Formats: sequence, structure tokens, C-alpha cells
Amino acid sequence: MTQADIDIQLVAMVTAVACALPGVFLVLRRMAMMSDAISHTVLLGIVLGFFLVGDLNSPLLIVGAAAMGVLTVSLVALLERTRLVKEDAAIGLVFPALFSLAVILISRYAGDVHLDTDAVLTGEIALAPFNRLYIYGYDLGPTGVYLMGVILLLNLLFIVLFYKELKLTTFDAGLAAALGFAPSILHYSLMSLVSITVVGAFDIVGSVLVVALMIAPPATAYLLTDRLPRMIGLSALVGVISAIMGYWIAIAMDASIAGSMAAVAGVLFVLVFLFSPERGMLAIARRRAEQRWLFAQTMLTIHLLNHEGTPEAEQEAQVVHLQEFLRWQPDFAARVVRKAVERQWVIRHNGHLELTASGREHASAAMLQS
Amino acid sequence: MDIFQLLSDLFTNYTLRTVAMGSMVLGIVSGALGSFAVLRRQSLLGDAISHAALPGVVLAFLFTRSKEPVVLMVGAILAGWVGTIMMINIVKRSRIKEDSALGLILSVFFGIGLVLLTFTQRLPDASQAGLDKFLFGQAATFLIRDIYAMVFLAGVVLFLLGLFWKEFKLLSFDPEFGESQGFSMNKLDILLTTLLVVAIVIGLQAVGVVLMSAMVVAPAAAARQWTDRLSVMVILAALFGALAGVSGTLVSSTTEGLSTGPTIVLCISLIVFISLLLAPNRGLIWQALRRLRQKRTLYLDGVLADMYSLSRQHDNLEYAHRIEVLRTMNAGRGGVYRSLKTLEAKGLVRRADDRLWALTAEGLPVARRAFLLLHPHALDTPAEKAAQEKGSEA
Repeated sequence: MTQADIDIQLVAMVTAVACALPGVFLVLRRMAMMSDAISHTVLLGIVLGFFLVGDLNSPLLIVGAAAMGVLTVSLVALLERTRLVKEDAAIGLVFPALFSLAVILISRYAGDVHLDTDAVLTGEIALAPFNRLYIYGYDLGPTGVYLMGVILLLNLLFIVLFYKELKLTTFDAGLAAALGFAPSILHYSLMSLVSITVVGAFDIVGSVLVVALMIAPPATAYLLTDRLPRMIGLSALVGVISAIMGYWIAIAMDASIAGSMAAVAGVLFVLVFLFSPERGMLAIARRRAEQRWLFAQTMLTIHLLNHEGTPEAEQEAQVVHLQEFLRWQPDFAARVVRKAVERQWVIRHNGHLELTASGREHASAAMLQS
Repeated sequence: MDIFQLLSDLFTNYTLRTVAMGSMVLGIVSGALGSFAVLRRQSLLGDAISHAALPGVVLAFLFTRSKEPVVLMVGAILAGWVGTIMMINIVKRSRIKEDSALGLILSVFFGIGLVLLTFTQRLPDASQAGLDKFLFGQAATFLIRDIYAMVFLAGVVLFLLGLFWKEFKLLSFDPEFGESQGFSMNKLDILLTTLLVVAIVIGLQAVGVVLMSAMVVAPAAAARQWTDRLSVMVILAALFGALAGVSGTLVSSTTEGLSTGPTIVLCISLIVFISLLLAPNRGLIWQALRRLRQKRTLYLDGVLADMYSLSRQHDNLEYAHRIEVLRTMNAGRGGVYRSLKTLEAKGLVRRADDRLWALTAEGLPVARRAFLLLHPHALDTPAEKAAQEKGSEA
């Protein structure tokens, strides 16, 4: 591993975690697409800030961009409050307009400045190691690490300080308002943080892939746990894994690093979506199949119980008869009987089936339930 | 350049005409299909689809080594379609909500597209030039051949939209009822989404990934303000889309440094803004006027009720009251004189003297009704009971 490898991975990891933290709340509050909107409109903030200051490296640009993010959120809220358009449409109206304005301003007035739309969409993480922080001539590492590190700490601090409030407003906004919290102040603070994070990550991974780092890890974590602290931790972990794996895959294939990070994040999501122990597709399918078998066995015991002690009991309790009466295919019936025998709900006796004590109990319990 | 020159250029200048035609087709199709997306609260689906199309474009190029728009469009359509189906399934089969699924598909597909894009850069025979067009859109480079491809696809989309009009209407407004009538809402959903994918891909080359979502949402959102009928809305949205396409092209052709895509988006945004303000009934200005009128009516009713309640204390119900008393009763909210003047014009009150006002014979029943609305218990008093009976006899 060269120094550049380490530097890029460090930047990628810090960025991924910084994005995942506010992302958790975006996903839980159903505002994931707001990150997409903000990641586009901050460009206008940067452009306007640049016109004001005339320096692309001024920290004021971040302030301007963050303000534009908050403005985006307010504009969407304003548009929604007119009740003339729905929320999704409001987002879809606001951000393309502001983004268009930014693109036009750039191409018209800032053509010769290093602010091209290409870099905005794709980011330049590969350049991160060349942008270094020097203090008194000492090389302290890539600036990206410090910038995103500060943002990461800011996000962490916000979540720790307002953990209770965030939790309450996220899961029960009505109760939060009734208890006297100000959900809107918290909302706008969160949105400001999202904006700042987006602006910081913008240079590194580009505007579209910021969305991947904000949404994919929390969505993945959401499928793995029901507890908020665990979800936050898992999101950060998934973000880190995406960053490191994404980097090495990109190096191996000589491809876009940021793109590869997003792709890995997507693959991780798909894996969890399919194989999550509780909520994965596979687990759900298995649970359904189990329920189907259990239901069939219950049917069998109820059927036997109904006819127990009646004259036709002997005939009804034959396996062949099940096919006729319950409309079961022969091999299905055979498997149900085998499973029921395994469970010791029924026993085979002279070619017909008999309920055991526990089978009888199960059948009557099932009948009582329905 | 004056406007007539510009309009004549539109018909004579080959490049301008081609670009304008392309933008118009794009506006029509995305406006029409976008109407359904907006009504079904899928406005942001367009955003996701247009991003998800990128890997398809690049793969189509990598497989065929051709930059023919038709080839790339097919790739884009396939990828957009796969992305949409995945998104729908994520929402249906897990606890992930729609917004997260959209963001996920949008960004991950785009990331995969970027990875693939780096492969094309290493090919000896190719620069990315033609592919970039799909990222940012370059209406200015339209060739007449591209337009033919667009018109053909647009024709197919609009034809299918007309063919399944009734079914799509059901799907948008009452899918449960549609299902009960024996239509497979699932299949219709997939068909309509596919049409939307095609519509978006048509527009991608003109305005690019980011701005395409505006062309899906904005014309429909503007059209929605002017009508409550689906057919009118779809036609209006198509018109608005076409208008924005053509005017955006014209404006950007006159000024240096105005890219076509963003200009078209600003044009359609302006149309939305105007519609939100001015559309009859729904528009913000209309809403404000209606609220003002309601407020005035409330004021007038208040003054009438006050006059009636004063008159009840005199033998003569048409007794004239001093305006100062009415002002006091009105709790200083003001506007009493103006209200009285309005009522006088309506013939409900008359001016007995400089500062004295009385109810007229026509005004009396109106004032009584207003008074009783505010004081329902007054009906229990003998005087009002008598008046009520007298009124019902009459």
C-alpha cells in the first residue's frame, strides 16, 4: 500500500461515515430524496458564493452552499404548503430550476474558472492525496480528511447532543410537538447538517454519489436492525466497507473510485435485501414455506380430530382419503403426514393415522383460535 | 435580434429548426407521460429513471461500439426499466420506503454507469464524446436523423397512451376498482412505467440526466393548476412542454453561454410559477381574492348582526343607530363605515342622518339571520319566538 492508497482510503472512509450519520435520519424520516435535491442545489450556493468572494477555496463557499441547501428545503416546504402540488412534485420542481440557474451562471459568467459541471457530477477523489494540509512546512496529510473529519464530528456531536429529540421527532412527530419540542427547528438543523455534509463530500465523490453514501448504508442497516443506535453504527460500518472495497475494486479494474464505492454500497444492499436473517427475501420465503407446511399439518390434525370416534373414522384416517377430501396431491399429502409424524402429532397405526395426545391438543387449540 | 427575425429563423435556419423540433417532441412526450407520474405521486421516478439509464447507455456502447442514438436509447430504456422494476420491488418486498428506494437506485446505478464509463475511455477508438451527451444533454448537436428516432419513439408512446387511456385513468385514480373490474393493475402499472421510461430516454439527449426530471414534473404540475380533467391536463402538459422546449431553444440560441437544457428548464419553471399564481380557482392570487371576499362577507354580517341586536332593544326594528355605537360593538376592528356603505349599496341599510344608520325592510330578515347565526340562544326569548312564528306564518 502506497501513501496515496492510504490517503484515498482515509478520505473515502471519513466521507462515507460523515454521510451515513445524517443519512440514517433522512431514511427514517422518509426524506431521502431531499439529499438528492440538496446535492444539486448547493452548486448554486457555491456559484453565488464564488461571485461574492471571488475565490474558489474560500470557506465562505461552504456557508453559501449550506444556506442554499436550507433554502431548498424551505422552498419545497413553501411550495407544499400552498397545497397546489404534492411533496414529491415540489422537490422535483425546485431543484432542477436552481440547478439550471447554477449551470447557466457558470457557463455564462464563470467559464474560465475551474468549476466545471463534469467534476460536480463525478467528484475527484483520486486527486485527494495531492491536496495536502501543510502547517509550518509539516505535511499533515490530505485536507479532505480534515474537512470531512470536522464535518463528521459535527454530525456526531449533533446526534449525541440531540439524540432524544431526534429520536422522538423521527418516530413520533405528533407526540414531539405535543410535548413542546420544536420539530421544525430540529428539522432545519438536520437539513443544514445534510447541506454541509453534501458540500464537503461534493468535491470528493460528486453530487450524485453523495446520495449513494447518504442513503445506501442506512437503508442497508435498516434491513438489519430495529434499534436506532445499532442502525447508526451499522450504517457507519457499511459506509466504511463500501469505501474500502470500492477503492480496491476500482484500483483492480482501473475504474472510477467514487462510482465503484457507490456500486459496492448497492451490492451490499442487495445482499442484505436477499439474505438478511430477519427481513431478507430468503428468510421471508423460508418463513412462508414453513407456515404453509404448518398450516397443512394443522389441517390434518383437525381433520382427524373431527372424525375421531365416529363410525367413518377408520376410512377418513387413511392417507389415500386425504388426497380426496383435502384435495391434496399424493406426494404433498405424504410429506405432510411425514412432517406431522416427525412432530409427533400423529402416528401411523395399521395403515391409518391416529392422533397423539399432543396432536389432539394442537388441533383443539387451533380450532379455538379461529 | 428582434422577435420576428427569431421566429423566421425558426423555420429557415436548419440547425435551429432541428433543435427546436427535438425539444418540442421531448416536451410533448414528457409532459403527457409526466401527468400520470405527478398524479400518481411518482414525480421523482423520472429523476431515478434518468440516472439509472446511464449504465445502459454505456453498456450499449461497449457491446456494439456504436454511438447511434437509437442503439444508446435502447440501452438506456433497458437500464431505466430494470432500475424501475427493482425500485418497485424493493418498496413492495421490504420496509424500505419509496424515497429511499429511489435515492438508492438513482445513485447506485449512476455509480455503476460511471465505473463503466471509465472503461470506454480506455478503448482505443473512442472518446466519451457521444456518451457525455446523455449526461448533460446537448440539444445543440441534434441531427435530423436523431429527430426521426425521437419522433418514432414518441409516436409509439403516445399511441399506446391513447390505446390504454381508460385503463391508465383507472390505474391513476382508483386502482382497487380497476382490479375489481378485471383489469390487471400490475401489468398496466408496468406498461405505464415503461412508457414513462421511454419518454424520459427520448429527452435525455436534449436536456441531460439532471434536468430531465424537471421535464417530467413541471409541465404536469403547471397543467394540473388549470384543470380538474385528466384529458385536458395531459393535453395542456404536452403543450406546456412543447412551449418550453421551443422557447428555451430560441432563447438559448440568441444568447452566448446559455445551454439549451438549463434554459428549457428555466422556461418550464417560469410556466409553473405563472400557473401557480394565476390559474383560475386554484391559483394563489385567486385563493387570496376568495379569502378577501369571505372576510368582507364576514364583516358585513357582523355589522348587520350588531344592528339587529341593537334594534331589538327598541320598539321599532328600523331604529337608526349611531355609527360610534356600531364601531364600539365591532370591537374596534374597523371598516364599519365601509361595510355600511357596501350594505347601503345593496339596499340593506339606509343612512338616516349624518351619523345615523338604520336597517331597511329588506335588510331586516338578512340581519336577523346573521344575528341568530351568531347568537343561537336568542331564539329562546319570547320576542324572537314570536317573530319566528310570524315569519313562518308568512
